[in-house]
Amino acid sequence: MTALKPLAALGHAILQLLAAIGRVAIFAATSASHVVRPPFYIKEFAYSLMAIGYFSLPVVGMTAFFTGGALALQIYSGGARFSAEAVVPQIVAIGMVRELGPVLVGLMIAARVTSSIAAEIATMKVTEQIDALVTLSTNPAKYLTLPRVLAATLVVPLLVGIGDIIGVAGGFAVGVGQLGFNPATYLRNTVEFLEFSDISSSLMKGAVFGFIAAMMGCYYGMNSGRGAQGVGKATKSSVEAAAVLILAANFLLTNLFFSA
Amino acid sequence: MIELVDLHKSFGDKVVLDGVNLSIAKGESMVIIGGSGTGKSVLLKCILGLIKPTSGQILLDGQNVERVERDAFLARFGMLFQGGALFDSLPVWQNVAFRLLRGSLKRPRQEARAIAIEKLRRVGLKPDVADLYPAELSGGMQKRVGLARAIAAEPEIIFFDEPTTGLDPIMAGVINELIREIVTEMGATAMTITHDMTSVRAIADKVAMLHGGVIRWTGPVEQMDNSGDPYLDQFIHGRAEGPIEAVR
Ligand SMILES: Nc1ncnc2c1ncn2[C@@H]1O[C@H](COP(=O)(O)OP(=O)(O)OP(=O)(O)O)[C@@H](O)[C@H]1O
Ligand SMILES: [Mg+2]
Repeated sequence: MTALKPLAALGHAILQLLAAIGRVAIFAATSASHVVRPPFYIKEFAYSLMAIGYFSLPVVGMTAFFTGGALALQIYSGGARFSAEAVVPQIVAIGMVRELGPVLVGLMIAARVTSSIAAEIATMKVTEQIDALVTLSTNPAKYLTLPRVLAATLVVPLLVGIGDIIGVAGGFAVGVGQLGFNPATYLRNTVEFLEFSDISSSLMKGAVFGFIAAMMGCYYGMNSGRGAQGVGKATKSSVEAAAVLILAANFLLTNLFFSA
Repeated sequence: MIELVDLHKSFGDKVVLDGVNLSIAKGESMVIIGGSGTGKSVLLKCILGLIKPTSGQILLDGQNVERVERDAFLARFGMLFQGGALFDSLPVWQNVAFRLLRGSLKRPRQEARAIAIEKLRRVGLKPDVADLYPAELSGGMQKRVGLARAIAAEPEIIFFDEPTTGLDPIMAGVINELIREIVTEMGATAMTITHDMTSVRAIADKVAMLHGGVIRWTGPVEQMDNSGDPYLDQFIHGRAEGPIEAVR
């Protein structure tokens, strides 16, 4: 019996995980099904676009700029070991657009948007506002989840695109200002080197990460426990789940896009 | 006409409703009384489908509510939550007019606003609160905004969970009269939870007492004082001594 205990615990954990995945999948499917069923809450959607997209610009911009700059420095000093300093523009571009842009923006969105969605919806849940919505003939999935998830899926790719550009600009600033690159050459090397697939994969990752970030916020918010503690726990779990899922999805997508 | 048949609800091992049988006729004002934590709010939420009962049936006009179309069902109801449950992201008037601003009952914005201000007036609130946010109101004001929201779309059936708790005696009187008016003038069916015996006498046609998970006593309000039920007597006279334990 005792010998089997760890096995039983493992089995239990796996079952729990599968059940959780099932619950999230059902939640996502139900929310998504509202895309084709009116009414649509345009105002909530527009508000989410602003909150998720526009107001994330400063944090996304700063993150990308500093990362692009640091990347340029690292590649320069690393490249110097085998006299490859000249590849800074190309590697910064590839690194930012393919990997760091989408991942960093995704993680910043998880920190900024997932947490705020989860805390807001969880608070609504514990103060019975979700129940009140239902009694006012308004479906919470349609009114709260769908606008947020849709807005994030559409607007995060845009943020990623902007992050990519600002990240490359950060590399450019360091490259030209500090490392002595010729501005025109730096730009030409960047533009000529990048391929369309680099950019499209970057934006596609953005859409997936936006979807994950908003969906996790809504899921944990809607399933929040009672009281202030419930809200805290929902917020924490939502950010954890969003961050891990974004990184996992990034690995899968990178495999899908670039391994062949 | 609402009928509850052998309704059970437990949370884990904790039995809250243990076979509730009750019927409320159309156009009647039913008041539910009972100790704190006996499951009165849970009972209302079960009827609305916000909480799924463990077993038992809820019939509305003879039809099992699990089988009726949800939207049409909810469109007939209004609910005042015990905690108000106002949407804190919306100003007061949009809370009150929530139903009138979207969905099947949608009206032009100006008209919805005018209705909201009229309903606010009926619960004793001035038009200038319309543009405030719920967090800027006192507890009693929030309660009254919740009440205005519950009655805004003039539903046929209205549930009030402790409508006068936290109000001053005069305002409580205003609200009692309002609820009475809604029942007599608009012909609505009302189910009210309250701990305030003045309120019970002002609002009720019938009274039901929930205790130990069942309806301990139910009858017309006039018979409440000579029911002969020791539980009910203890409750309405607020005595510490009696069959109901003070520590629950
Ligand atoms: N979601 C829930 N999960 C677990 N237990 C719950 C839940 N909702 C209510 N309860 C329990 O059910 C019991 C009845 O709660 P309810 O809110 O119906 O009481 P009440 O009769 O309305 O009391 P009060 O007069 O104080 O409002 C309480 O003991 C409460 O702890
Ligand atoms: Mg209650």
